[in-house]
Amino acid sequence: MATTKHAVDLTVNGESAQVMVEARRTLADVLREELGLTGTKLGCEHGVCGACTVIVDGRTARSCLMFAVQANGCEITTVEGLDTDGKLDFVQQAFTENHGLQCGFCTPGVLMSVHSFLKNNPNPSEEEIRIELSGNICRCTGYQNIVKSIAAAAAASR
Amino acid sequence: MKPAPFAYHVPNTIDEALAILGNDPDGSRLLAGGQSLVPMLNLRLANFDNLIDINHISGLDHIRIESDSLVIGALTRQYDVAHNDDVRNRLPVLSNALAHIAHTAISNRGTIVGSLCHADPAAELPAVLTAVGGELVVQSAAGTRTIRANDFFNSSFTTAINPNEVATEVRFDLAGGTSGWSFEEVARRHGDFALVGVVIQMTLEKNAISDVRIVVFGVAATPQRITDAEKRLIGQTLNDATLDQAVADVAAALSPPDDIHATAQYRRHVAGVLVRRGLLRALEDANSSA
Ligand SMILES: Cc1cc2nc3c(=O)[nH]c(=O)nc-3n(C[C@H](O)[C@H](O)[C@H](O)COP(=O)(O)OP(=O)(O)OC[C@H]3O[C@@H](n4cnc5c(N)ncnc54)[C@H](O)[C@@H]3O)c2cc1C
Ligand code: FES
Ligand code: FES
Repeated sequence: MATTKHAVDLTVNGESAQVMVEARRTLADVLREELGLTGTKLGCEHGVCGACTVIVDGRTARSCLMFAVQANGCEITTVEGLDTDGKLDFVQQAFTENHGLQCGFCTPGVLMSVHSFLKNNPNPSEEEIRIELSGNICRCTGYQNIVKSIAAAAAASR
Repeated sequence: MKPAPFAYHVPNTIDEALAILGNDPDGSRLLAGGQSLVPMLNLRLANFDNLIDINHISGLDHIRIESDSLVIGALTRQYDVAHNDDVRNRLPVLSNALAHIAHTAISNRGTIVGSLCHADPAAELPAVLTAVGGELVVQSAAGTRTIRANDFFNSSFTTAINPNEVATEVRFDLAGGTSGWSFEEVARRHGDFALVGVVIQMTLEKNAISDVRIVVFGVAATPQRITDAEKRLIGQTLNDATLDQAVADVAAALSPPDDIHATAQYRRHVAGVLVRRGLLRALEDANSSA
């Protein structure tokens, strides 16, 4: 069976990158293994856990459900693109201050989801926060503090 | 990386896609949002020699009202349909159903047509299409045909689309007159597939039911219409007796599966509860539209 490699051009966190990959490699594989951006995590690799969530052309996507060839020409933001010279952005800051993470495995995916969510809805109710968060599974912190962190980030963004 | 190797094709037109598909219909699969297909490839539940990515074909991303139909293109994402005002005003049952499906990152890419073509027995959209009525427009090298909702879902994950065809759009019927709808679902968590769901579309004439479709999903290989209950309700109003009869018809019509998520008995019970609630809500909605 064909194991042809495809040239893929993408912009990741503002920097352009070119990779040669087999079509079956996911965007998550390329971010982690070709570009060394291991902030994006892989949990389930079938769309359920949310750990691999990144922003593709302004919208969140599961990087485990998108082949890297499909990201040709796209702009990607990963968790590595959030801070400015080591200074945490407002969502990261809110998670730090509100104990929004423990082991941190789910956190990159949560942060990317929250960014996109607050852009569309800067003043969410607790219920809306919980519904949005249903797409990201956390095994340790408990959702109470994550919800609190998101509410704090929303307040900081307004 | 988990999928087996495949050859990747990115046609820019339908004709190109159909030509590639025509070379090897059985060994090829169309890739739309990828939110059902890629999990299956990752789990190696399926593998195909050729994946044909249709995301670069223009003219397939639209939401239009055309006289008595709501038309949605094959590349229109679930997120965009869920947040569209025309859809909310003219086919609110669809907006409501979409709120129960998956999560933002999934609906940003997943398409309406992809969900219909995937035909998961626990999926919401096949049930909505069955309840409101409508058709898929499909194209092959031989030409274009339409498939009515009632003829579309053959079995779990199996539709009337042939391997050499591409669905280009779905057309949902828009009900006129005094009509109402309801959508009820029980799932383990928000965004999960339904354990049991019910979609009802009802039309009233002079305060009595003149037409009703009752569709239960998550209980059989395809969305299931409860035709006995539908027939019996024509000309009736809702009261304890007619509702009890409808619930009994539901129980008699269903033999749901037992699985790790729920027992058959639980599903049958919940289906009855949801149908009773759904009929009352559809009636209320119809009355408020009058
Ligand atoms: C975590 C998670 C949770 C989910 N929860 C739900 C849920 O609660 N309810 C629900 O209904 N769905 C759910 N889904 C599935 C989701 O809605 C999918 O997006 C949808 O089922 C498929 O749409 P797609 O565009 O992604 O199709 P794809 O995955 O690209 O394709 C699915 C199938 O349809 C075929 N196909 C696609 N487009 C066409 C076309 N134009 N013509 C012919 N064939 C075509 C493909 O070849 C493939 O066989 C979930 C998915 C995930 C990952
Ligand atoms: S790894 Fe992508 S959703 Fe779990
Ligand atoms: S902080 Fe450990 S999984 Fe969420």
